[in-house]
Amino acid sequence: MSGIVLETRQMHMAFGGLVIFESIDFALRQGERHAIIGPNGAGKTTFVNLVTGLLKPISGTIWLDGQDVTRQSPQQRVKSGLVRTFQINSLFKALNPLESVMLALLERDGLGRIAWRKVAAEKHQIDEAMALLARFGLADDAYTLTDSLAYGKQRLLEIVLALALKPKVLLLDEPAAGLSTQQGHEVFSQLANLPGETAILFIEHDMNLVFQYADIVSVFAAGSMVLQDSPENVRKSPRVREVYLGA
Amino acid sequence: MSVMDPAPAQISTSGRDYFATLARWKIWEILFWAALAGCYFVPEMDRMLMSRVIIWGLFAMSLDILLGYRGIPSLGHAVFFGTGAYVAGFCGKYGWTEPISALFFAMAIAAALGWLTGKLVQRVAGVGLLMVTLGLNLILFDFVLRSTDLTGGDDGLQGIVIAPVLNMFRFDIYGRTAFWYALVVAFILFVAARILVKSPFGLALIGARENPRRMITLGAPVEGDVSRAFMIAAALAGAAGALLTQTTQTVAPPTLSFQRSADVLVILIIGGAGRLYGGFIGAIVFILLQDYLSSISPVYWYFWIGLLLVVIVSFFRKGLLPSLDALLQRFIKRKPDTPS
Repeated sequence: MSGIVLETRQMHMAFGGLVIFESIDFALRQGERHAIIGPNGAGKTTFVNLVTGLLKPISGTIWLDGQDVTRQSPQQRVKSGLVRTFQINSLFKALNPLESVMLALLERDGLGRIAWRKVAAEKHQIDEAMALLARFGLADDAYTLTDSLAYGKQRLLEIVLALALKPKVLLLDEPAAGLSTQQGHEVFSQLANLPGETAILFIEHDMNLVFQYADIVSVFAAGSMVLQDSPENVRKSPRVREVYLGA
Repeated sequence: MSVMDPAPAQISTSGRDYFATLARWKIWEILFWAALAGCYFVPEMDRMLMSRVIIWGLFAMSLDILLGYRGIPSLGHAVFFGTGAYVAGFCGKYGWTEPISALFFAMAIAAALGWLTGKLVQRVAGVGLLMVTLGLNLILFDFVLRSTDLTGGDDGLQGIVIAPVLNMFRFDIYGRTAFWYALVVAFILFVAARILVKSPFGLALIGARENPRRMITLGAPVEGDVSRAFMIAAALAGAAGALLTQTTQTVAPPTLSFQRSADVLVILIIGGAGRLYGGFIGAIVFILLQDYLSSISPVYWYFWIGLLLVVIVSFFRKGLLPSLDALLQRFIKRKPDTPS
């Protein structure tokens, strides 16, 4: 069993009187391909927002690589290797994919505050950006305005931006949402090619993708984690059927 | 994309070429600055007026860094212009008559104030930002107006002395030195701003304009960048203010009035935000029109400025320069189809 890279301890969250999580204890291990499933409103995206720091939990702690990051800003967590994608495309509309990926690479390499020489001087990053785009079939669209890209390509760009940061822990909020079945599988086979030590946590509704690519599945429902097990066991579990169908 | 920034996809295949092409000086840019310098040699040219145009252009360009590149609106940009103007005025009044070092000093003070303003507003957005910047403007204006002992109040600072530039060129009533001094300083600062907007930091500003939340999740210090953008914009605005004081040897409260903040916003919107040149184009139109209209009717000229603003914003949306650009672009695209 390899080490835990991301952990929540007794994390409690509520919006006003609406309790989202009573208390969540969750652990993600190095190299794991971990899926979170659950019906709408189970708190899956809120979980990702809490872990990445866009939201602050009411109580409980969040640990990254053995360090308490509960009080750290989202930026500090990114610098420690915790990177996410968004469920709804969250991109730079007036920039093209090359410029967008450059933003990620320049921030990763600590070059984003350089104001006295042009972007063209950062040749390594430019070449790396082009290579990343090519890997995801976006090379031909490198100079097309993001806003005018097809939806599927915007989804891919969303993932390229996250990968550009060389994450230790990658959180994907419905990476295949809105993609065709084939595109969905393409995305996941690319993710499967990532370095083995990268831990991936993904929220996904497409059960075929979940059962094919996850080693472990957590089921969220009504503010708690009702089950955490291998894909085969989750598939067979009557609890899961109950959660989804309300039977 | 556009004629101003040609879509390099058509020209190049590698990413390196793309960014290199973006940063390259275009022929029309050289023509623009040459034409501005050439104004000096036009007979009957009012050089004092032209130096005012250049100073306003620089001032509007400084706002462009905030509004056009970072997407932060400000209704109090005259705070930094006025600070630069008064600092240069105090320098001239109390014996620091050498203009270039005083200009740097004025920029530094304005930059410090800009940085503080950035700290104050970095968590505020939208209408709140307009209110805070407007409030700061009103506070400073009232302070300067009431501190008669320090600032001369309504009458402005008296007895400002500015030594010849480089100990060689005296400021004369024909505006010869004023013209060249303003032009050279504006050009140098323009080149610096141009490098900045094509730099990694410039790209980060645009990224935060487009999607601040996404920039945070890429690990960018978005709030710190707001302070940095304010600091840079304030330094440039302060330089414009100092230039106005030094070229006219006077400074009075209108340099930091709310009216001035509104005017510079109008100039930038008329010219077009987000491309550095918009401020200069807007200043040429606004200041020359103001000069012409106020000579026919000193009372009602704001009527025409208002009308111009309504017409431009309704019909050209993004301002003169981008509209002109789009028009040229259409013309160029159509060209290959027309038989020669």
